[in-house]
Amino acid sequence: MGARDKHGPGAPWGDAQPGDAENKAFQVVGRPNRKVDGLAKATGAAVYADDIVLPGMLHAKTLRSPHAHALIKRIDASKALALPGVHAVITGADMPIKYGVIPWTPDENALAVDKVRFIGDEVAAVAAVDEDTANAAMKLIEVEYELLHAYFDPHESLVRHDPPIHPGKKGENGNISKHVDLAFGDVDAAAKDADLVVEDDYSFHGTTHTPIEPHCAIGQWSADGVLTVWSSTQITHYVHRALARVLELAPAKIRVIQPCLGGAFGGKSDPFSLEFCVAKLAMITRRPVKMLWTREEVFYAHRGRHPMEMHYRTSLKKDGRVTGVDAKILIDGGSYSSFGLVTAYYAGQLLTGPYDFPSYRFDSTRVFTNKPPCGPKRGHGSVQPRFAFEVQLDQAAEKLGLDPIEIRRKNFQGANTLTVNGQRITSNGFATCLDEVERASAWRDRRGKLPFGRGLGVAGSMYISGTNYPVYPNKMPQAGVQLKVDRSGLVTVFTGGNDIGQGSNSVVAYIVAEELGIPVDNVRVVAADTDLCPVDLGAYSSRVTFMVGNATIDAARKLRAQIVTAVAKSWQVEERRVRLIAGAVIDVEDVTKSLTSVEAFHLAEEMYDTLGSTGAYNTPTLGGDYRGGTIGASPAYSFTAHVVELSVDVETGRITIHNVWIAHDCGRALNPMLVAGQMEGSAYMGAAEALMEVQELNRFGLHAGPSLLDYRIPTAVDTPELRALIVESLDPEGPYGAKEAGEGPLHPVLPAISNAVFDAIGIRLKHLPFTPARVLKAWNEQGAHAEVAAPDASAGAR
Amino acid sequence: MLRLPQFETEAPTSLSQALALLEANPAAMIVAGGTDLLPNMKHELFTPRLVVSLARVNELRGITQQKDSGWITIGAMTSLEDVAASEVLRSHAPALAQACGLVAGPQLRTMGTLGGNVLLDTRCQWYNQTYFWRQALGFCLKKDGTKCHVVEGGSKCVAAASNDSAPALMTLRAELVFASVRGRRTVPIDDFWVADGIQNKKLEPGEILVEVRVPPTGPGHRGAYGKLRERGSIDFPLLGVAVRIEVDANEVVESADVVITALQARPLRVQRASAMLQGTKIGSSEFEDAVIAQSLQAHKQCHPMPNVPGDADWRRAMVPVYVKRTLLAAARRAGPVHHV
Repeated sequence: MGARDKHGPGAPWGDAQPGDAENKAFQVVGRPNRKVDGLAKATGAAVYADDIVLPGMLHAKTLRSPHAHALIKRIDASKALALPGVHAVITGADMPIKYGVIPWTPDENALAVDKVRFIGDEVAAVAAVDEDTANAAMKLIEVEYELLHAYFDPHESLVRHDPPIHPGKKGENGNISKHVDLAFGDVDAAAKDADLVVEDDYSFHGTTHTPIEPHCAIGQWSADGVLTVWSSTQITHYVHRALARVLELAPAKIRVIQPCLGGAFGGKSDPFSLEFCVAKLAMITRRPVKMLWTREEVFYAHRGRHPMEMHYRTSLKKDGRVTGVDAKILIDGGSYSSFGLVTAYYAGQLLTGPYDFPSYRFDSTRVFTNKPPCGPKRGHGSVQPRFAFEVQLDQAAEKLGLDPIEIRRKNFQGANTLTVNGQRITSNGFATCLDEVERASAWRDRRGKLPFGRGLGVAGSMYISGTNYPVYPNKMPQAGVQLKVDRSGLVTVFTGGNDIGQGSNSVVAYIVAEELGIPVDNVRVVAADTDLCPVDLGAYSSRVTFMVGNATIDAARKLRAQIVTAVAKSWQVEERRVRLIAGAVIDVEDVTKSLTSVEAFHLAEEMYDTLGSTGAYNTPTLGGDYRGGTIGASPAYSFTAHVVELSVDVETGRITIHNVWIAHDCGRALNPMLVAGQMEGSAYMGAAEALMEVQELNRFGLHAGPSLLDYRIPTAVDTPELRALIVESLDPEGPYGAKEAGEGPLHPVLPAISNAVFDAIGIRLKHLPFTPARVLKAWNEQGAHAEVAAPDASAGAR
Repeated sequence: MLRLPQFETEAPTSLSQALALLEANPAAMIVAGGTDLLPNMKHELFTPRLVVSLARVNELRGITQQKDSGWITIGAMTSLEDVAASEVLRSHAPALAQACGLVAGPQLRTMGTLGGNVLLDTRCQWYNQTYFWRQALGFCLKKDGTKCHVVEGGSKCVAAASNDSAPALMTLRAELVFASVRGRRTVPIDDFWVADGIQNKKLEPGEILVEVRVPPTGPGHRGAYGKLRERGSIDFPLLGVAVRIEVDANEVVESADVVITALQARPLRVQRASAMLQGTKIGSSEFEDAVIAQSLQAHKQCHPMPNVPGDADWRRAMVPVYVKRTLLAAARRAGPVHHV
């Protein structure tokens, strides 16, 4: 049941309209309030996992495989154990139970059992008095390997499975992670009846998250057998479950806490080796154990965006209407499943908006290779297909002589509709997004009219606000919240939601403050501690604001109802006259009647005993009635359009982005400053993936440059002007109408760059990344005949 | 975080103390700003028992111009940021000021020194990695191994000179002054390099680079630096081009020099710069033709290898582009040539 069905007395804010930030009805929502942890972070007081130091704490390090694919024949840790200061060495034999974030594909071990699958795979862990001793001990562990054929090319994994990367996997080919083949309507008939069919190949190269905080975990084992793990995770609840499974402990004997987190972006949404290792080592040594990964290790742990090779065939009518989309996608998953089952679905399921097309087929195959495992990165599974399709749509517009924004308008699916694959669309502000970027970029006056070398490009996208699919099957709420009221007037919120920097704890505080009419400073948020907080499934799939937000409204309104009733009784007035606002409770019809919030809380506590409430959210039943139909089914979808303005230096191949206009339909901006931050951050990250970032392996299968020097994320001087244009469509089911804003706004920038390059120099870039070397090559291959005389490009030198 | 190996430090306050320490501990290493040595130590490329810091040796800092001779003396411990911001150098040696202003990023230029940049260890994508990483490949020619991964089967290390200051100093005909307990030695910077990536410098045991001396330049001096790199900050050069043009009162070129770095173990001088540009007037079509001719000469001479990151074919294609752009920038007293 949706929490919205159980809300208490009517909303306290009246009939606020979208975009009406000044609307007096809202006291907190819609304003650029400070983040609840903003000052702590700015002053260095915030406690991250590595800041935690416990008495007697040991330090742990991981020994990793130097081979891409090998059997482990023998491990001898005796010399390491003999080193003074070493307390324990563990190997795969100590934790042989497999796990995986998706319960259907448990193919990971905390430490390798029998074999290793990529260079960097975890083999053993050492706990010692300090890091140097642990490092020295690692060099003393002897491991004998028997090398196996290593797979680096996903095409090879598709056809060859001897030796298999995952032996014993069911099915014909042990190197295939997941195959999805779904068809809706008749794409072949659409192609036959089409006025235009565009068919082409596209590819995405693979990138990683690079959160500035590396992964870190601390394990503590108490005398009475309680395990506490502090971890830089974005999925406390799943880590809790995985620890119980692998360590064979009762879940009630495990407590998982997420401290302040220094970025995640999907890179901390699997259970990781270090969490199991610090736990096991703490249990063995009876001392707290910390493990902090190096930057290099974060690159090996990876779980970044999958490389994909994509073939698309789009059928259209003369007027630009899309009648069919046919896609075939090969996904390079790396060495483990991670969220791969979902990736294979998302690669197809999330393309069916904001455009309506009556027929659709996708065939996506995720294969294993002997590379660091891929996983979910901001815009999981759908950034790559979105790139391919939005470039193809531009190619179609070009062939049909249509304006690229017009062809997108022509195919807009509208609000309150059902997609071809059975997804329910509620609010949909995509048309407004297009209007906004068209206006802000002066598109009509400038697109196709800028001097050679400079261009504008557009693209659109859709993303989920959480998903119907709860990872492990259960009928309990996806998000729970608990409120506790102190006699001081302080309200404490307990939420399992993981604030990973996106500001979800702040959103929770704003909602409680709004509903109870108290200052945000009088709300304290306790989050992501499994002992203290009700379950939330975690920070992934852009679900937290939507689901935890709704659960918070639910809890706050129950509490509010008690306070309203108590005050109304005390004043002997109708409940509708009692309003909670700005730290006070007032009678809207009698100015002489008013109480402070604290007085009102005391009244309510006298009437009801100790005050508190719980709230929950679960998704309504959603999704198509077919296998996988719930994957990608979301209670609400966000929509985005970008226009990119850039220059291309055809002498060097370098693309310089000048502006990205980002129009994003977030339903309602609960805090426009945080929403704009997510929009800018998303566009920054997407542009970086398009132009600079490459998760590159060398010919040995070793990461080519696992450091922040060689994996190049843009610096401030490399970052274009990012212009956030917030669009509010007021979703009927989101908290106050809000939808996601953290992942959707990443998608369009990659195809918009390609489309702008076409406007600038007349060539189509279909294969990412657009590094200068690759752009120059493409220009030399395609551009020479596209443009007779390029003006002297030396003008580009400054 | 990567750990530094265990080592001891000394922080003398005078050059003579520092030289005595070096004489008594021949295996000791010198640290100036630490921006090159410390990452290399974390990668276990160097594991000195003793590190002698020059941070407190104030006599090695500062930029002075001799009134009579016009020579400019730059203390080896002068920060790259100070070199970049120096009015004297910006007007008399613009290529050097520009090159130092493009080393790494602002924080690193504040710590990094000119001496440290001149003595920068050569770089290679198969070398500047952690112990674990290098071990996974059986190490390499430059450190701990016998194989070259850049040139398969290669027997000579091709790690690249990656110091932005070096080509600029070469176009300026600068001199390096070394001190040891035995006295001082002055080396023209052109004679300092060896085409060996393992050790590309003729540095004698017990020596400390104390100053860099730049000969006087006149009003007809033009210089600029062009740097190719992925990002607008932080990154080492994928190509560095320093140029010098001397013109007479009528802006007719008297001599020219072009030196390129980040190709191989030592910076490389492009041939016939003077011969091609001499006698052409800046801004004339003859001058521009000569610039093109010199850029094509550079293309002929330069063959970037996959030693540093980045597509080697593209780096080669960028040689004439950056030579041309940097010459044109110098001619109009502009520069640096950099994409941001």
